[in-house]
Amino acid sequence: MRTLTELAPEASQQAPSPRAETGSGAAGQSRIHESAVKHVTGRAAYIDDIPCPADTLHVALGLSPVAHGRLTRLDLEQVKAAPGVVDVITIVDVPGHTDIGPVFPGDPLFVDDEISYVGQVIFAVAAESYQAARKAVRLAEVEIDEQPASLDPVAAAERGEFVRPTHHHQSGDWEQALRDATYVLEGEQFVGGQEHFYLEGQACLVTPSEDEGVVIHTSNQHPSETQKLVAEVLDIPFHAVTAEMRRMGGGFGGKETQASPWACIAALIARRTHRAAKLRLPRAEDMRATGKRHPFHNRYRLGIDDQGVLVGGEITVIGDCGYSPDLSDAVVDRAMFHSDNAYSLGQARVTGHRAKTHTASNTAFRGFGGPQGVMIIEQVMDDIARHIGEDPLTVRKRNLYRPGRDVTHYGQRVEQLQLLHDLIGELEQSSDYWARRQAISDFNRESPIIKKGLALTPVKFGISFTVQHLNQAGALLHVYTDGSVQINHGGTEMGQGLHTKVCQVVARELGLDIERVRITATRTDKVPNTSPTAASSGADLNGQAAKDAASKLRERLFDFAAEHYRLDRDGMRLEGGALVAGQGEAERRLPWAELVQAAYLGRVSLSEKGFYATPLIHYDRNTGKGRPFYYYAHGAAVSEVEVDTLSGEYQVTRVDILHDVGDSLNPAIDIGQVEGAFIQGMGWMTSEELKWNDAGRLVSDGPATYKIPAFGDLPPVMNVKLLEGHPNSQASIYRSKAVGEPPFMLGISVWSALRDALASLADYRVAPQLDTPATPERVLMVAQALRDAQGAA
Amino acid sequence: MIDFYLNGQRQSGVEVPPDTSVLELLRTRLAKTGTKEGCASGDCGACTVTIGEPNADGELEYRTANACITPAHQLQGCHLVTVEGLARGDALHPAQAAMVECHASQCGFCTPGIVMSLFTLHETQRRTPAPLTQARLEQALGGNLCRCTGYRPIRDAALTMGDYPDTHPSWADDPGLAVDVGKQRQESPAELASQGHFSAPRDLAALRRLKAERPQARLVAGATDLWLETTQQLKALDDLVDVRRVAELNEIEATDDGWWIGAAVPLSRLEPLLEEAYPAFAHLLHRFASQQIRNRATLGGNIANASPIGDSPPVLLALEARLLLDGPDGERELPLGDFFLDYKKTALADNEFIRSIFLPRPTAEQNLKVWKLSKRREDDISAVLAAFAWRLEEGVMRDVRLAFGGMAAIPRRVPRTEAALEGQAPSLEAFAAAKAALDQELSPMSDVRGSAEYRKLAAANLLERLRLMIDTTHNDTKVTLDAYAH
Ligand SMILES: Cc1cc2nc3c(=O)[nH]c(=O)nc-3n(C[C@H](O)[C@H](O)[C@H](O)COP(=O)(O)OP(=O)(O)OC[C@H]3O[C@@H](n4cnc5c(N)ncnc54)[C@H](O)[C@@H]3O)c2cc1C
Ligand code: FES
Ligand code: FES
Repeated sequence: MRTLTELAPEASQQAPSPRAETGSGAAGQSRIHESAVKHVTGRAAYIDDIPCPADTLHVALGLSPVAHGRLTRLDLEQVKAAPGVVDVITIVDVPGHTDIGPVFPGDPLFVDDEISYVGQVIFAVAAESYQAARKAVRLAEVEIDEQPASLDPVAAAERGEFVRPTHHHQSGDWEQALRDATYVLEGEQFVGGQEHFYLEGQACLVTPSEDEGVVIHTSNQHPSETQKLVAEVLDIPFHAVTAEMRRMGGGFGGKETQASPWACIAALIARRTHRAAKLRLPRAEDMRATGKRHPFHNRYRLGIDDQGVLVGGEITVIGDCGYSPDLSDAVVDRAMFHSDNAYSLGQARVTGHRAKTHTASNTAFRGFGGPQGVMIIEQVMDDIARHIGEDPLTVRKRNLYRPGRDVTHYGQRVEQLQLLHDLIGELEQSSDYWARRQAISDFNRESPIIKKGLALTPVKFGISFTVQHLNQAGALLHVYTDGSVQINHGGTEMGQGLHTKVCQVVARELGLDIERVRITATRTDKVPNTSPTAASSGADLNGQAAKDAASKLRERLFDFAAEHYRLDRDGMRLEGGALVAGQGEAERRLPWAELVQAAYLGRVSLSEKGFYATPLIHYDRNTGKGRPFYYYAHGAAVSEVEVDTLSGEYQVTRVDILHDVGDSLNPAIDIGQVEGAFIQGMGWMTSEELKWNDAGRLVSDGPATYKIPAFGDLPPVMNVKLLEGHPNSQASIYRSKAVGEPPFMLGISVWSALRDALASLADYRVAPQLDTPATPERVLMVAQALRDAQGAA
Repeated sequence: MIDFYLNGQRQSGVEVPPDTSVLELLRTRLAKTGTKEGCASGDCGACTVTIGEPNADGELEYRTANACITPAHQLQGCHLVTVEGLARGDALHPAQAAMVECHASQCGFCTPGIVMSLFTLHETQRRTPAPLTQARLEQALGGNLCRCTGYRPIRDAALTMGDYPDTHPSWADDPGLAVDVGKQRQESPAELASQGHFSAPRDLAALRRLKAERPQARLVAGATDLWLETTQQLKALDDLVDVRRVAELNEIEATDDGWWIGAAVPLSRLEPLLEEAYPAFAHLLHRFASQQIRNRATLGGNIANASPIGDSPPVLLALEARLLLDGPDGERELPLGDFFLDYKKTALADNEFIRSIFLPRPTAEQNLKVWKLSKRREDDISAVLAAFAWRLEEGVMRDVRLAFGGMAAIPRRVPRTEAALEGQAPSLEAFAAAKAALDQELSPMSDVRGSAEYRKLAAANLLERLRLMIDTTHNDTKVTLDAYAH
């Protein structure tokens, strides 16, 4: 019954979306997000909402206005004298490590001598209020001997300016493959970067604690690393630092390494002043000071046979890393690992450069270089199609990994070989691809200005950290004597629903209603030495660790019950909030709370820790070969666009997605991840344009100039389905698959559809180069060039 | 000293500096942290609150606003509703319940703002139910960015919240609230700040007096431009005169030839008039900023701000609008075309203000097209804005008025381009001449929103679009996308 609203006709074409389910809420069900009610009532607290001590100081930063140069004079006297200012610090005030590079050195906490990008931190001011601190910053006198900034990664690569050495993957004799090929195609592309635009900016609150330590509340994907870096910067042992993280208002990779500097600075202030210190970055400073998704310049030279199937050749990717290594080694590796996407490259060499430029250090962002790698091969697929005059979908299908062509260029065998063939086949049907293709061709023939485009692009994404040791996780489970359960683990909640899923895992293992399981903030003093919540691995790793803890505790309770109540240990189970033993007539049920109480009195430990390390994976950097991924997650999307070739404006009119999450831990959350990732990927491909001026200053430094998708960019028709009947072939948590990153790449179908629409201007005989983001400007310029070329011909 | 109501509770004598925003007031002074800061520039909607103001009938009319760029002193005599004020005990408001059940929050940081936009839509639906079309949903939610969900579940929540039992917040049961707020408003002092000035004159005479006494004082209307000077550039705004309560500046007066629109009339109040008179202008308004901004932004502010990329000036130029300027030295009328002198320089004297804007009535055969090009369809600033007015008389174009934004240091008409079309049939040749003239007449800049080449090409192509639209042989050819058509 609808009382106040009526379904808009456009929106009613949707597939019904999953509604919250009632029931126990155990793993596998569409349980609502554990914080949903708190979100909608404003009771969910983020860093800036935490009540802070009355004497809390507010920290603001002095950032470099220059991209490259040497700091020749820094006079902070007026800053110190400004109203409300309590402390001002620079590099000389750091007692411990001054370099906080997460993996490799190269990230000074404050500028020492050399300045490497606009937005680099030179000094910090602590004052009685946020406004006072920000205003005081402006009184600094800074003199910089400015030097030319290197802003072009391709030129940097040519000069050999890298943050890390170049790496290669090679399979077979790629040069011979090029000689044997029927056709050799070449192309290049620029793939733009992306600002995370987490809605909650970087923020932390640090309070001094006993024993010369600090407690850090931080919006952070990697509390353990922040703990380590803060301790090193303060020159105190790790055990004196506790990092706590309840929830982030979005992370997307931007708070993996780049949340730490702020915690280090605030901790310095807290230690020096013995007062709490809060540091939150205003949006524009956040956007200038922190790194982004790496922009890439990609090139290919590949040979194909007469069917358009790749026989081999070479791909080169150049990641624009900014001024320091940060995570760029692994990011460019992942771009290389994904430059095949779902297709066998044949005999190929893939080269990845890590160019150094004078911008903020580019960092993790959903997909972690993978999307930028996928872009080159998806361009290749379209280019082949135009070259041989076949539909791009036909070419894609011919090139998929298949028996006999099932080993990647880095030597990993693709298991679940048939899955993507089936998935694409199903989507082709459900999206009515071929009928729509025909209709679009007919439409375009009659329509000189408005052109439609259609594209199906798949994704095959490798799951695991490519840095092996990160593939581990811990959990800590407590059962209290009333039967309520508390679970804690090393993963962090940034909206992805990890905590909900982990609670569901525990509920399932203990046969409890999820209401009895509560999760607490991630804390380095509960589960130590954790990995970042990244690489889509949160539920895979932490879910397993929680399961390990829960199942160990369960077994202990079974042992206790068997002895204490003289029950048959075989076939004992926890279900429906009770311990159940025996079958049929002999069945005995013991309510959970009673069992727990008895176990407590029987002096059985009701606390357990769990641990997990991903099996099977290995990778040898020297040979560029191995099995870096535990498994692959898959998906495909069909996007349709309409382009106004006079103005460059366009609309995405329909999207169909079929995505593989194995056996879903929570279908509603997984669909939410798929949709959110798709729209974020679409934004990356279309409206989200980072622009720097010639002096290296980011000019798109706020939401007024940097445009993430808004409500109206949601395609009017968007059908999203999870693939059924394909449990993970590996023994992942309940045979589910990671879902955070893989669907991000489905957004590439929008770009491919735009290219398709543009290609119609040249009767599909030309594959226009369309760099990204494909803003209306870029689309118009390409349309115009195609028209001019047609006119000339 | 601000007196207002917060979620039904009276707040009296709140003292803050004149440049305090509603968001700052809430989050620091009042310790209400449910309302979030995502940008402090009006762009993200995380800070969305709902402000109830008494209307002519004494009822509270609820509209959304961006708390981050709303001056706290403008709360005087208002009912401020925040996310903390919607649930009734444990019973969620339909907007909240639908968000929960549709899985429409992930990280949750945008959620309070989205809930407030939905709540306000729900209120509107309660008063005047109407189908929730895609266009209406875009109006209601276009100013709320969500980085996590991709919006589909939020759309579902919007479409289904009407199915839930209509749980009111308890303050909604209090019939005396509107009266109390109205009384507060009636009793408002003319000066609200205790340090510096936040003067809130209620009539023209008082405004003139203040302008005479304190010509240096900054005028504030919706504050959607002005407040960025404090949140983004950290400038102190401590001497302010609010024009929003000046009765004469809030009127829309119809005459035989047009309408005098008070400079302080918020854009959302203009919508019905424009829908009637100039649908193309109304359509532009739907792409002007966001609902939150339009509820506060004024035509006077848009013009006085004199940005080369302001959206209303090119349209008003093409329609030959006039301004009524006023001040201690008296009033004067000025064609809008004479107002913009150079980049951000206008003909407004220091002690003057814009009183109203005269919008002529459309003539019978007049056509108007307004095209805005931007990276994102909703809530984005124009790279190019073109406004074309003309009529066809026996196959030739007459009264051709073409104006552009984003193509020069000021919004401006293009007389030579107009001349190339005036009196001509809409032929290929005439338009070729027009494009050549346009190329000569405009030399746009390259900036973050687009390169000069793109702007030039796009502007010329919009002329081509115009030709195709007029040229009857192309009548069945689609030349705009549905979402951009009007
Ligand atoms: C998120 C966001 C999106 C926006 N999108 C758009 C957009 O799409 N298109 C667009 O054109 N603009 C846009 N703007 C800019 C702004 O909203 C408009 O310019 C608006 O019309 C300004 O009106 P206001 O009442 O808020 O002006 P205020 O900010 O109150 O004032 C602006 C200036 O005008 C002066 N002023 C105000 N009233 C008068 C008067 N009566 N007489 C003389 N001077 C006066 C003020 O002193 C000030 O200098 C956007 C702003 C934001 C924050
Ligand atoms: S905080 Fe972003 S609009 Fe106010
Ligand atoms: S839920 Fe994270 S921004 Fe909307």
